[in-house]
Amino acid sequence: MTHPSIITANLLRSGEVVYLGNDGRWTTELSDARIADTPAARSEIEAVAAEAAAANEIVSAYLMDVRIEAGTPAPASMRETIRAQHRPTV
Amino acid sequence: MYRYDSYDHAFVRSRASQFRDQVRRRLTGELSEEQFRPLRLHNGLYLQLHAYMLRVAIPYGVLSSSQLRTLADIARQYDRGFGHFTTRQNIQFNWIKLEDAPDILDALAAADMHAVQTSGNCIRNVTADPYAGVAADEIEDPRVWAEVLRQWSSVHPEFLFLPRKFKIAISGALEDRAAVLFHDIGLRIVKGRDGRSGFAVHVGGGQGRTPYVAQELRGFLPREHLLSYLEAVMRVYNLHGRRDNIYKARIKILVNAIGIDEFRRQVEAEWSGIDKPQIDLPEAEYARIAAHFAPKKFARRPVAAAAVARRRATDAAFDRFYRNNTAAHRTPGYRTVTIALKEPGLIPGDMTADQMDAVADLARRHSGDELRITYTQNIVLPTVAIDDLATVYDGLVAAGLASANAGLLTDIIACPGLDYCNLANARSIPLAQAIAARFAAPERVEDIGELRLNISGCINACGHHHAGNIGILGVDKKGTEHYQITLGGSPGDDADIGAIVGPSFPAEDVPGAIETLVETYLALRQGPSETFLAAYRRLGLAPFKAALYAGTSNTGTTDEARAPQLTAAGV
Ligand code: SF4
Repeated sequence: MTHPSIITANLLRSGEVVYLGNDGRWTTELSDARIADTPAARSEIEAVAAEAAAANEIVSAYLMDVRIEAGTPAPASMRETIRAQHRPTV
Repeated sequence: MYRYDSYDHAFVRSRASQFRDQVRRRLTGELSEEQFRPLRLHNGLYLQLHAYMLRVAIPYGVLSSSQLRTLADIARQYDRGFGHFTTRQNIQFNWIKLEDAPDILDALAAADMHAVQTSGNCIRNVTADPYAGVAADEIEDPRVWAEVLRQWSSVHPEFLFLPRKFKIAISGALEDRAAVLFHDIGLRIVKGRDGRSGFAVHVGGGQGRTPYVAQELRGFLPREHLLSYLEAVMRVYNLHGRRDNIYKARIKILVNAIGIDEFRRQVEAEWSGIDKPQIDLPEAEYARIAAHFAPKKFARRPVAAAAVARRRATDAAFDRFYRNNTAAHRTPGYRTVTIALKEPGLIPGDMTADQMDAVADLARRHSGDELRITYTQNIVLPTVAIDDLATVYDGLVAAGLASANAGLLTDIIACPGLDYCNLANARSIPLAQAIAARFAAPERVEDIGELRLNISGCINACGHHHAGNIGILGVDKKGTEHYQITLGGSPGDDADIGAIVGPSFPAEDVPGAIETLVETYLALRQGPSETFLAAYRRLGLAPFKAALYAGTSNTGTTDEARAPQLTAAGV
């Protein structure tokens, strides 16, 4: 079964929550994240993240599931919704 | 209060400069994240849900007004303009950049502050009675010993890599205002038969996944032996604590696994072999530290201030503040004032930089330049002349900090929860706000009376839900935020752990559930003098449970795998 995933992390310097974007850069916008929906695609974005971690650009990277809304990724849990907003819900 | 000497200054400065170098090496890649992580944690820097979070130690909750100004400056310059006071009497900044952290530690060091040992498996910031030194019911000022313990435990080579974190609380008063019995070691200053003071030593208390009330290890320990005795306790724990299992690594698990009597036997055996004069505090050193806390002579101020009496008679809000937020002071003519960081609509324990400055100013002008942080996430102005109360109150109104609800239902303890915390199951803050909004009428809250309501976003229990008369615990039920309610917990002398009332509720039902519990209490209490806790103890769980689940389909079995089952403590 394939479910759409993206890679998220924190920037090492600032701690900001970021996502691996379509253009290969790290973005703070979850909706711009590069979607992987096959095992091979997931391995590929994981490899990009490992490289960025080795280059001291990011920390704490992990693969996360997303929902797709009108072709755009959206957070699938309250935790990731809050992270993606970069602020508390209050 | 204690002022750093040249040794303290040199120590925190050198730690700050070490950390600057460690950050530099991390940013250039000389240190890997794996190598760096323990170093950053030893300096209080976590990677949280949104960003780095810096936890700054406030030793036994005591701050000078200039230190609070420093915290305000840090909030403004390096964070988003606010900070969060925690149940450990510390402050957390939520939006810190790693590259700024060395500058922040320097700013702290310049103000006699640091973030050392606010994380990691070491002895953490010692907490104490926020009324220390001024309480009318005090036997002896616990700050002297809290400071002794701070110095003893700071980079103590033997206790930097304990099986798990370790928390010590101390109180020198008749009433426990420091939740002493919920700490790894809880110390109460007591008088011995000969009139000399010493400590009642309790061990093995704590919350989290497996909550326990601490048990008495020694009824009376002569005070001069505190350090050698604590070394013996720490050694027994360090040797036998379960390093193999993070859930079983706290001292409470050890104490309850082998029993308090066996634990005591081992401690006494260890203690008898310790070279006590080598470790115990020399009397001269005690005197040096105690001199920092010498009782101040306060100017004589009128005991019955006519202006205050008039204001109380004409201003109901001020009168309510006086009743709920001020307490007896040991010196006639003064009161101790609690600033509840629980304004409706705001975040429990949060304070903006401007509010910090305003409160620092009030403390400077009206409270001997000093403030305290309480584990209930409030601030205390320890010494305010009754004559100045109206001025202080007006200053608090202007700063938006005059909620008159200290110790009442809306004086809610709430951990950061899922809005900030990486470990959370559910949010705490919006729930605290929803409950506060439900109980917005101050007359009603006052009529309900003393009631401790505590919220944690997960079983780690930073929000002390186990010790709440009403406790709320966030649980994850099939990916949605649910909340489990416990009743009958108490943080005080009659410490107790709350009992789970039944199946959990979705967030939107929780304020109504609290309302039901409160209405049940009001209907059944024997009078306003019977508190919620007293009524619960008389009546038991049954009437509350019946009211809570009456007419609902929510009567199934308790379904949270994460629920702490006290009978199956898993030791
Ligand atoms: S109780 Fe849980 S959610 Fe709340 S601050 Fe502690 S670890 Fe985070």
